[in-house]
Amino acid sequence: MIPIGSPAQLGKPSAPQRGDFRPRGRGRAAKNALATATFGAAVVVLAVPLALVLWSVIGRGAHVALERFPAFFTQEIPIVSRRAGPGMGPAILGTLLVTGGATLISVPLGILGAVYLNEYGGASRFARLVRFMAMVMTGVPSIVMGLFVYMVWTIRFGFSALGGALALACLMLPVVIGSTEQMLKLVPDTLREAAYALGATKSRVILTVVLRAALPGTVSGSLLAVARAAGETAPLLFAVGASSSYNADFLQGANTALPMQIFGNATSVFVGAQDRAWGAALTLVLLAFLVTLAARLFTARFATPESN
Amino acid sequence: MTPGDEPEEGTTKHTLPRRPRVSAATASAAPGADPASVAFDLDKLEVHYGAFRAVREVTLQIRDREITAFIGPSGCGKTTVLRCLNRMNDLIASARVTGKVSYHGIDLYGANVSVTEVRQRIGMVFQKPNPFPTSVYDNVAYGPRINGVRGRAKLDALVERSLRSAALWDEVKGRLSQSALGLSGGQQQRLCIARALAVEPEVVLMDEPCSSLDPIATARIEDLMRELKRTYTIVIVTHNMQQAARVSDCTAFFTAEADPETGNRTGLLVEFDATAKIFESPSDARTENYISGRFG
Repeated sequence: MIPIGSPAQLGKPSAPQRGDFRPRGRGRAAKNALATATFGAAVVVLAVPLALVLWSVIGRGAHVALERFPAFFTQEIPIVSRRAGPGMGPAILGTLLVTGGATLISVPLGILGAVYLNEYGGASRFARLVRFMAMVMTGVPSIVMGLFVYMVWTIRFGFSALGGALALACLMLPVVIGSTEQMLKLVPDTLREAAYALGATKSRVILTVVLRAALPGTVSGSLLAVARAAGETAPLLFAVGASSSYNADFLQGANTALPMQIFGNATSVFVGAQDRAWGAALTLVLLAFLVTLAARLFTARFATPESN
Repeated sequence: MTPGDEPEEGTTKHTLPRRPRVSAATASAAPGADPASVAFDLDKLEVHYGAFRAVREVTLQIRDREITAFIGPSGCGKTTVLRCLNRMNDLIASARVTGKVSYHGIDLYGANVSVTEVRQRIGMVFQKPNPFPTSVYDNVAYGPRINGVRGRAKLDALVERSLRSAALWDEVKGRLSQSALGLSGGQQQRLCIARALAVEPEVVLMDEPCSSLDPIATARIEDLMRELKRTYTIVIVTHNMQQAARVSDCTAFFTAEADPETGNRTGLLVEFDATAKIFESPSDARTENYISGRFG
């Protein structure tokens, strides 16, 4: 048998009829290189500001916050701001108090709201309105939220950590609703059907199947909202008041928090105060980093294992 | 060729399932002749999705502890009818069911019927294996737990019994605490059967349970169905006619025809009889055409 297309049979090497698998378009390799370079450049441009922020915060904050580790994180804020030295202990406690309060208010409410929107409301007029309002609320500037809480709460009840928590909760709520609803949407209907077919009631299905499957994403979404809110300054200025000492009473009395200390100290003319501001900034970045890390770890630990 | 098809069988005539009982008892007596053995009694069942009529006037009787197969082309409403048998259609907001579905004389759509009770007694296995993203054990224990079964020993025994009934125990007994999603497709489907059996139902509805499985896994599920019908009434929807011929005692053939009023295609029951009769001497030309491969 003669091999098809062999020179012996055809007399000369057979020329391909059309194409030799080379790209038809001209300059495809060049276009590819250009596109790759563009994307690469975009990534670099994106990374530069991030790196610079970290560089300056670490560069100017590390020697303040970490040189006397862990004293900076525990010591009092000097009452006379001209004085250099001690720490941000009260501000860290204040931030934990206010942000913790905001989390306790907004996360349960947000999850309940998202469950309503996705499992009960669906496409009803009311649910669509709520969903739309939540989306609008995501875009409301934090200072407006602060003003709102100032008007409805602070004017009547005075400065308090609770007021700050309310303001931050207003900021977090739409984020929690949005991320949780997305997670609930990702739970396949076949899982819901499986549970219904076993005789589960709707509330059972939501508690034992839907929320369970959506838990990792919900928790990490909520923690990202927490990390975001922890750095908000404007709403706290309105609601928490300016103090330099921690106030363990959640319900009343002025308090302090890291963002407000950064603002106050950084705008001071004294070098010692400015140093404290950098230290507080680094502390806040570290806090946000820890919360984000916790979100990641939680997701990795409890995410649905795809296989063994 | 779709997964689950047996390669060697022709499309014209079919040998009887290997049980003499079918031809002797069921073929001679019309289905549902003995009222005591009737599990489901469907009388002029119609299902609408919004304004769209999906199925019209289905009247048939499904016998206790037998395997009844629903066959027919896509869109003929067989899954819709199946989902009326344990009221899964309730989950679709636009679905509206008229006519009557009785189970051992009780109107399933009656006023004093608890839908969760219905689904506990009439279980379902779906087309695509849908285990919960939890451990093998927790999957099987889910149903008993929501029904208030407590105590490790009791649950352990129930899980083992269910997995044995589903012919899966030997393959998973060493990995009960591992994720169910790590099982193969066929194992996952048997896990879903075990999960359905764990609530101790009386009926198991199966909606194309083998359509995503290979022929070996399909054969295992079919063996399992033959085993289960000693205890359970089984209704199976299948696209695979050989499968219907192999496992079922009675077969209902559905098709879809244009509605004379609206022009929409509506599903209807063409013929319901003993499987042997349907596959050897159907009385309706549409059935004959379908099973001989001339249509659908």
